[in-house]
Amino acid sequence: MDALIEKLKVQIIEQLNLAEVKPEDIKPDGPLFGDGLGLDSIDALELIVLLEKHYGIKIQNPADGKKIFESLRTMAEFIKSHGKS
Amino acid sequence: MEFVITTYCKIKNNAIWCNGQKLFSVKEMPASDFLKEAYKFSEMNYPKFHKMDNLSKLGLIAAEICFKNSDLLKNNDPENTAIILSNHSSSLDTDRIHQNSIANKDRYLPSPAIFVYTLPNIVIGEIAIKYKITGENAFLVSDKFDAETLVNYTQQLLKTNMAGAALCGWINYDGSDYEAFIYLVEIQKDSIKSVNFKALNQTIVNQLYQN
Repeated sequence: MDALIEKLKVQIIEQLNLAEVKPEDIKPDGPLFGDGLGLDSIDALELIVLLEKHYGIKIQNPADGKKIFESLRTMAEFIKSHGKS
Repeated sequence: MEFVITTYCKIKNNAIWCNGQKLFSVKEMPASDFLKEAYKFSEMNYPKFHKMDNLSKLGLIAAEICFKNSDLLKNNDPENTAIILSNHSSSLDTDRIHQNSIANKDRYLPSPAIFVYTLPNIVIGEIAIKYKITGENAFLVSDKFDAETLVNYTQQLLKTNMAGAALCGWINYDGSDYEAFIYLVEIQKDSIKSVNFKALNQTIVNQLYQN
């Protein structure tokens, strides 16, 4: 799980062009949106693209995104639960 | 009422000028790398900058340089400040990137963050968000820099009280070709008089653009 979280940090920084963010700045259990990493609605769409591009996972119900993208850990758990990592 | 250009900024050929003075230059490098260096120079500290397309980055840096060297936002209500920009290449630079991402039907992965920049007037939105400007705005696309239309449009807004000040100019970005020319227009008042201000007219705007 930890290795997947570290991989996701790098992928998120690259996909979302977070040029001033370093992997160590993203806490595994910290919120990705709002007060956490400060991502916005376009970033949420980019995270959906990231899951499809790197892990071949399509989110069928966009409403699930809120739970899946709560933190790095919830993202990693979602990927693992789909047998991809 | 007399309208004056109180500040102007030019960015091209790896350099930034403000009010005729060169502020920053670097050795020849790709346009996107130059924008990174220019961002550092501007000391903007605005993480959202890195998410923008190159046209918006160029416009934001030019606006930042102008506003740093101007009291326009202190002297005027942002709700009554207009933004009128123009260019030749529209959003073609970003349009191409988007097109490449959807060209292959087997690997059809368009990026929402790129797609939202496939309109040239998004650069106006980015400037408006950063400086909380909510006045009139327009983005004009023309073959070459059209001082006549820009000046007429601005004067009309100011004369009819649709705006009390304006940020105007030309922001063009396409591949390695980039050029920004931004100028700030205010209504001449005793409180903001300066010998360095220039009258707003077609001849002056053309001169500032070409020099």
